[in-house]
Amino acid sequence: MPQYFPPNANAFARWTVYGGILFVVLLAVSLTVFARTTNNRVRVPVEQPIAFQHSLHAGELGIDCRYCHSSVEVAAAANIPPTETCMTCHSQIRVGTPQLAGVYASWENEMPIRWNRVHDLADFVYFNHSAHIGSGVGCSSCHGRVDQMDGIWKAEEMSMGWCLECHRAPEKFLRPRSEVFNLAYEPPADQLALGHELVETYHINTEKLPQCSTCHR
Amino acid sequence: MRRERSTTWRNIASSCGIIFLTLALSACGRNMFDQPKAELYEASPYFSDGSSARPLVEGTVSRQRGSIDATYVSGQDENGLLSELPIPVSLGLLQRGQERYNIYCSPCHNYSGDGQGMIVQRGFPSPTSFHDQRLRDATVGYFYNAMTNGFGRMLSYASRIPPEDRWAIAAYIRALQLSQYATLEDVPEDIRLELLQSQGAIR
Ligand code: HEC
Ligand code: HEC
Ligand code: HEC
Ligand code: HEC
Ligand code: HEC
Ligand code: HEC
Repeated sequence: MPQYFPPNANAFARWTVYGGILFVVLLAVSLTVFARTTNNRVRVPVEQPIAFQHSLHAGELGIDCRYCHSSVEVAAAANIPPTETCMTCHSQIRVGTPQLAGVYASWENEMPIRWNRVHDLADFVYFNHSAHIGSGVGCSSCHGRVDQMDGIWKAEEMSMGWCLECHRAPEKFLRPRSEVFNLAYEPPADQLALGHELVETYHINTEKLPQCSTCHR
Repeated sequence: MRRERSTTWRNIASSCGIIFLTLALSACGRNMFDQPKAELYEASPYFSDGSSARPLVEGTVSRQRGSIDATYVSGQDENGLLSELPIPVSLGLLQRGQERYNIYCSPCHNYSGDGQGMIVQRGFPSPTSFHDQRLRDATVGYFYNAMTNGFGRMLSYASRIPPEDRWAIAAYIRALQLSQYATLEDVPEDIRLELLQSQGAIR
């Protein structure tokens, strides 16, 4: 019988197996690294067309987040306020100052202000604000002390690894619903006891939370 | 011996080549991160205002409760502004009203309704106190109407506060008005003592 394979084919077959194992290991490592990477930077303020300050409006003046982000409790998105919302105050306050020129131009030309996005999850990730607000996850758990930021930055990397840190053990982070908008909230010493209690009262489905289809659908 | 080693190296080289080719074949593009669909707030060169979000077409009818009940939404019937709340009053309604009032109205009208809120202190014209006799005599529909259509230099809040919540706020303003003229007799008997103690009136 003629030999179809030369002797060195044995070595080739062996190395294919080694290569296969190496490939699987590399894949696992790169996926783990990927799951912890994000597409934009943390703690770097984003340049905006108008120098709008949360530290002034939400901090010093004490305006509630919902005055401007009014859909955050009921919809997937916390809306960015339209120019009309600014004008409820700036129709009278500091009219004609250069810092606000962009607001008045937008109001007169009926052109929306082009804010630059700070947070932007990948399009294959589903996210919903109202589900989190209703379950006692505070704004500051994800966005940090917005009321102390002049220009907004991402306080957390918002990678899959970061989301899962909470989805695997929400009891470590939950707070009573009444404290969701309190950015200065400090968790009590017995957070775990409170957390387990809240998981019960808010009917949080801890089995569903870490599953892929919760966020990728 | 010599020959064997060189084949080993050839094999290593070809294995590496195969691994490299497999990796090169797998997709690494980031086109799934920004898919060709309009996500919320995404810019769009297609429309003249540069925004992918479109304003409502004129004459659009909301499918929410209010669209069926015109009086409930407008706060008016054939006799003018409503003088009675179109929904039953409950503690829950007042608490909802308090929460919404504190979010949307307190920056100017203040938590107590005296019209000296934080934004007024920073230069906004001061509204009349809700405890003024003229406003104590006003109907609930009057407050609802101010929120819905705006009032003088105050813009409308209709786009941010749905009708249910506007009625809840109107009910809460009524409660605020009562609160400023309440007497001890209005306090339920079982908590009068506690109240007096907390005020330091008795020990
Ligand atoms: C006076 C109106 C106003 C209030 C009150 C307000 N915001 Fe904002 N917020 C804005 C505007 C306008 C932007 C868009 C410009 C920017 O990013 O700075 C924004 C942006 C943001 C963003 C970033 C959005 C993005 O692009 O990803 C976050 C997060 C945010 N606000 C959280 C909050 C929180 C939390 C509060 C309550 C403490 C709050 N805001 C109160 C007006 C407001
Ligand atoms: C509830 C009232 C209110 C709303 C709503 C509001 N502002 Fe202001 N804003 C103020 C007040 C009050 C000041 C400070 C006035 C002063 O200097 O005392 C201010 C100041 C500013 C300044 C000037 C800061 C500086 O450099 O002096 C900018 C810019 C500004 N606001 C932008 C906005 C934008 C953009 C929006 C809409 C997203 C907005 N504001 C919505 C009340 C408001
Ligand atoms: C569980 C974490 C989490 C909590 C809690 C949370 N956010 Fe967000 N927020 C996000 C993420 C993630 C995004 C980016 C969403 C996207 O890109 O689709 C975002 C985006 C935003 C935006 C930009 C507009 C939008 O909806 O994409 C605003 C404004 C905002 N958040 C405000 C708030 C406010 C106000 C609160 C508190 C009431 C809050 N967020 C609570 C995670 C959170
Ligand atoms: C601090 C805790 C926390 C963080 C951080 C967090 N989540 Fe959640 N998430 C929750 C809780 C609690 C629920 C509510 C589950 C329920 O109601 O059963 C939830 C629910 C969800 C849901 C289900 C919503 C629905 O419609 O049922 C999605 C999707 C989701 N989260 C996505 C994300 C994503 C994406 C991130 C990261 C950007 C994230 N979450 C970060 C706590 C968190
Ligand atoms: C709590 C929400 C959540 C859950 C649950 C979740 N993911 Fe993700 N996933 C994310 C987010 C957020 C990102 C995007 C990170 C970014 O923007 O770079 C992501 C990204 C990914 C990516 C792309 C990685 C990259 O950066 O190229 C893959 C693949 C993925 N997830 C697979 C999975 C699988 C498999 C599961 C189930 C075991 C899962 N995810 C469960 C939130 C989640
Ligand atoms: C940005 C500041 C501001 C906010 C926020 C605001 N108002 Fe006003 N409001 C005013 C001013 C100023 C006037 C007086 C307008 C005038 O006389 O031109 C007024 C007038 C009114 C009046 C008529 C009073 C009269 O003299 O007859 C009512 C009723 C009223 N507001 C209710 C509300 C309610 C309810 C809310 C919350 C949903 C609210 N306002 C939020 C500033 C505000």
